[in-house]
Amino acid sequence: MVENVVTLAIIVAQIMAIVGPLLLAVAYTTWAERKVIGAMQLRQGPMTVGPWGLLQPIADGAKLFLKETVIPSGANKVVFIAAPMITFVLALIGWAVIPFAEGWVIADINVGILYLLAVSSLGVYGVVMAGWASNSRYAFLGAMRSSAQMISYEIAIGLIIINVLITAGSLNLTEIVLAQQSVWYIIPHFPMFIVFIAAILAETNRHPFDLPEDESSLVTGYNVEYSSMAFALFFLGEYANMILMSAIAVILFLGGWLPPIDIAPFNWIPGPIWFILKICAVLFIFFWARATLPRYRYDQLMRLGWKVFLPFSLLWVVLTSGVLLAFDML
Amino acid sequence: MLEAYFPILIFLGIAIGLACIIMISTLIVARQHPDSAKLSAYECGFEAFEDARGRFDVRFYLVAILFIIFDLEIAFLFPWAVSLGEIGLYGWLSMMLFLGILTVGFIYEWKKGALEWE
Amino acid sequence: MTVALAVFYLLAGITIASGVMVISARNPVHSVLFMILAFFNSAGLFVLAGAEFLAMVLIVVYVGAVAVLFLFVVMMLDIDVVAMRQGFMKYLPVGALVGLVLLIELFLVFGTLRIADAPIAASVPTPEGVTNTEALGAVLYTEYFFAFQLAGIILLVAIIGAITLTLRDRGPIKRQNISEQVHRDRTKSVRMRRVEPGRGL
Repeated sequence: MVENVVTLAIIVAQIMAIVGPLLLAVAYTTWAERKVIGAMQLRQGPMTVGPWGLLQPIADGAKLFLKETVIPSGANKVVFIAAPMITFVLALIGWAVIPFAEGWVIADINVGILYLLAVSSLGVYGVVMAGWASNSRYAFLGAMRSSAQMISYEIAIGLIIINVLITAGSLNLTEIVLAQQSVWYIIPHFPMFIVFIAAILAETNRHPFDLPEDESSLVTGYNVEYSSMAFALFFLGEYANMILMSAIAVILFLGGWLPPIDIAPFNWIPGPIWFILKICAVLFIFFWARATLPRYRYDQLMRLGWKVFLPFSLLWVVLTSGVLLAFDML
Repeated sequence: MLEAYFPILIFLGIAIGLACIIMISTLIVARQHPDSAKLSAYECGFEAFEDARGRFDVRFYLVAILFIIFDLEIAFLFPWAVSLGEIGLYGWLSMMLFLGILTVGFIYEWKKGALEWE
Repeated sequence: MTVALAVFYLLAGITIASGVMVISARNPVHSVLFMILAFFNSAGLFVLAGAEFLAMVLIVVYVGAVAVLFLFVVMMLDIDVVAMRQGFMKYLPVGALVGLVLLIELFLVFGTLRIADAPIAASVPTPEGVTNTEALGAVLYTEYFFAFQLAGIILLVAIIGAITLTLRDRGPIKRQNISEQVHRDRTKSVRMRRVEPGRGL
């Protein structure tokens, strides 16, 4: 009995050790994004609150917290409240299987990558439910666009994952990382890495694929009726999802916690530090894309997903499996 | 194997609890003064004409159906990808035939213009 | 294993409760949402039974794809709940008859099933050291070759069926031809003309 309680306490402590820093990281991702985009546009970004604007995300959070929660009169109340909570919960529970280093994982399950695919495929619900429950035209249109976009790019993500699996031979995330000890998969699968980055931009509804939030035609899309912490939960969910997707990209292509070269100055730095540094590098691509690229049109977006990414990654599956089988490297 | 899944259950519980705490605490702390104008749906100053949940383009259904089909294809690819070394050439050819059949469907879809948006 | 048992009863209880809610909720969207909850808990039950791959596929395919389609359909239909209730009594005899037939069939199936003869070991999902997914992969594509190809053909039929049912030609539409756009150069789009003063083109 005592042992069970101790085990439970350890698990809870581990989860808290991920959730706490994660929420802080989300707050500072928004800060970093504004700073990076500011720098790219020759501005300074947030400067007023705290040194270098470092307290800005805290101030934003406090402000949102003290705002009134508006539930529209035409809305379906339960679904309206549940939608942001679903988005937030899904963005968190994906982290349960992410390995920070060998053995540094909360739930080391055999089908880790499939679990992540399942969690990301549920992300559609937060958006669809929000759009439907709001009973507002903009929200509804935004939700429809957004969900069609998310499911379209999920196919590409699934096929890219298959490519990595053929090479790694396991669904377990730790084993996928360990299989990259000789060479990171970004080198043999470089085109897939590019497609994966584009697909996760679309999956998280980020620039240049942020059609659901098209200000000029849809105001802000599915979350137009949301205010206060309900909005904040969407916001936290979106950024936590970005970080999660970056972590998946790092695990699949950039060798997880492994140092770039396994020699003296590099392998002194512990694995989790490498892991976090790599996540930051992928996150930087998110900001970079936002500052650089204009928004896609909807027909172009669907064309890219279905007519370019899908056939290309399917062809790559055939190619990878064929080559590995022919040269007996499985 | 079950021990590995137990933390996920707890994680789910903690995440849901956290979301509830955030939602409820803001309802308690922040002032709530609803009025009918504030609670009406936002349509850039217009009154809402009718219920917003209208019909929409049938293409969205088509995308959803096609997504199911390709999602199933991916589900079939998962066990194949991890056991390819074991099942060898026969398994590979078997999957190529399967993908070939689906590619026929994909080409049909493309030629019919089901992937076009306007 | 008491924790596993408690979790089993929790998941099974929620599954049944949400199953009841699917058929009794007034709003069809709520029905679909309860169905998703039922799928979700069934996936949990699959994990408890040791079928982790199937559990994840259940979520990816059924919750992530099939239920999204259901939700799309149900959200867009303007279903008049009151009118539906009025028809309830009219269809009750037929519905009850179908239900009764299904129930009898279920009893027949379970009545003829001989559990005692089957070796107990067959119900253990996989031998030690082999994961679920690998065990599936080892037999699905080779031993069950024809069933697997049949699945491919069914999916092909589904693609064709979906397109025939939903796709409509909507007249002439201007479409973007990206390669044409990209390959447009100066000689195709600009003509240099020397214009005489006072004469125009």
